[in-house]
Amino acid sequence: MHLMDTEPLTKLDPSYSTVMRIEGVLALIPLLIAGIALYVAAEVPAWVPGIALAIAALVLVFYLPMKRYRSRGYHISDDRLRVVKGVMFHADTVVPFSRVQHLDVEQNPLERMFGIARLILHTAGTHNASVTLPGLAHDNAITMREAIRAHVKRESL
Amino acid sequence: MHEWLRVNPLSMAVQMLRTLGSAIVPAAFVIFGAGTQDSEKFAEIAPWIIPVLVVIIGVNLLGAWLGWVRLRYRVGEADVRVEQGILSRQARSVPYERIQDVSLEQKLIPRLLGLVEVKFETGAGGKEELKLSYVSEAEGEKLRETVRALVEGETAAPAVAAAGEAGEPAAEPTGETLFAMDTRRLFVFGLFNFSLVVFAVLIGALQQFEFLLPFDLWDYLADLFRQDTIAQAGDALAGYTLVAQIAAIAYAVVAVVVVGMASGVVRTFVQDWQFRLDRTAKGFRRRRGLLTRTDVVMPVHRVQALVLKTGIIRRRFGWYGLSFISLAQDAGSANHDVAPFAKMEEIAPIAREAGFTLPGESADWHRASADYYFDRAVLQALVPGAAAMAAIVLGYTLVGLLLAALAGVLVVGEYFLWRFVRHALDPQQVMSRVGWLAPRWQIANRVKLHSVEIAQGPLARRRGYCTLRFGLAGGRLSFRGLSLDDARAMRAAVLDSIAAVDFAHLPR
Repeated sequence: MHLMDTEPLTKLDPSYSTVMRIEGVLALIPLLIAGIALYVAAEVPAWVPGIALAIAALVLVFYLPMKRYRSRGYHISDDRLRVVKGVMFHADTVVPFSRVQHLDVEQNPLERMFGIARLILHTAGTHNASVTLPGLAHDNAITMREAIRAHVKRESL
Repeated sequence: MHEWLRVNPLSMAVQMLRTLGSAIVPAAFVIFGAGTQDSEKFAEIAPWIIPVLVVIIGVNLLGAWLGWVRLRYRVGEADVRVEQGILSRQARSVPYERIQDVSLEQKLIPRLLGLVEVKFETGAGGKEELKLSYVSEAEGEKLRETVRALVEGETAAPAVAAAGEAGEPAAEPTGETLFAMDTRRLFVFGLFNFSLVVFAVLIGALQQFEFLLPFDLWDYLADLFRQDTIAQAGDALAGYTLVAQIAAIAYAVVAVVVVGMASGVVRTFVQDWQFRLDRTAKGFRRRRGLLTRTDVVMPVHRVQALVLKTGIIRRRFGWYGLSFISLAQDAGSANHDVAPFAKMEEIAPIAREAGFTLPGESADWHRASADYYFDRAVLQALVPGAAAMAAIVLGYTLVGLLLAALAGVLVVGEYFLWRFVRHALDPQQVMSRVGWLAPRWQIANRVKLHSVEIAQGPLARRRGYCTLRFGLAGGRLSFRGLSLDDARAMRAAVLDSIAAVDFAHLPR
């Protein structure tokens, strides 16, 4: 075991799970429309789309956001960032600051409402050309960006 | 040399020959087809052929001339500029700091006319590179030297100063030849490059140009079958004795092998004719090609990793191929071959020049997790194994045995992969060996890696193995089925090397 692998991971901002739940609700809308259409067309008894929708809602709005939130985390040290994610398929990525080409902080409208942001690290590698860390408080993302930026001496070749 | 210049006027001739070639060959086919099918109609068309050809040539000539007049370039103080376009103008400027290298390429026709195409490589990859077609060979060489000197001055002043002491900073020393292939070597290489692609090309060409033939190909083939020509041949074969049958089959096999080898030899001669790799002050310079002669310079600092390959048969004779993984992966993987067919003792010095050491048996090689290959073997053998059992139960014993044999082969294959797929770490490099019968080695510089990832699927998590992936510029480097502890140890070691050197301070 190496020190890096035993360091406790920092949890993401709790609003991130709320954002994922809202995204789950949005994903339900087309399913809801399909269910209503089936009910109106009276092709099948009402409980068939009803139960399917209830299961989809449980998975998309409650189960998956919870699992995702729990599986994600990060650890920042003085020369590298470690990003862990994945419910079924785990990925544990480490990017040394000295290899960061440039940095982005992104927010979509939903994320802006909850004051969270995504920090994106771009590297020159073909694999993991950009590593995304979502669900950071916006201020925190900016602070991290500045800290990492201080390590990036030049932005490109 | 800051004034605007035009490219060589002979480029017009190249342009014309190329467009005419693509216009006239189909036209000739059409005329030939019309002429043989219906002579009355042909007599009607005949007087028009010459004027139409004159118009086609005239339009081409005008286009080529306009293209030439409207194309100009300038090697300025801070950038190279090219302006082109007959109606819509395009002006492109590439600053010297962004030019990675200048390469020269000669296709067949420009080569006959003594012209080269100059490419300014920026690492943007592919289509967006700045190109100048065509200038004379001498002008191309001069352009390359000038731009290179300017690029050097821009990014690495000390290097120029050091070269300046020798008296002539612009003229590139010819350098020593690291590797070259003579005709004999090419021929042997060609034999190993066995390829049956010629049959595919023939069939494809037949489909493409079928409409130009004066008879209907498929009707002809159908007739051939209907006339029982082939059936007769089959009957004749059936009538032979066993020895004669075997001889006939052997003859067919030999014929296919000979055609395959011949096409391999031709392909190799066309691609690697007069292959030569030199070590110059700037890096590795490679020249090769019969019809299209290319002249590429790969700076040493841009080499990210080495790939060493061999084949099932060529390995028995000690032949290997070496290529570089380079920062700009612009023109496909074949572009970075530095010694496509060489003995190990020829490859080692090239690797050394690039700053790598080839791993020997003494390297600290590790195997992947046995659990990983066990799981793979079970998963692969599952379907054929189950099918075999079902077949035997249902009474199709022969089919069942064949399926069981297939499952067995898959399991044995995984066993050998477990035995032969390895990875190793030395103070400067990460090394991998994949494949069993035709192994392939990858050797990457630890400092030139960009990120490290440990990935696990659901099965891998339960069984305690993982995939270790490194971010490598211009290529991929991953290790499958490593035990978690092994992967973590490698990750920690490599990250410590990476973090110690900043990207901007990488050897350039």
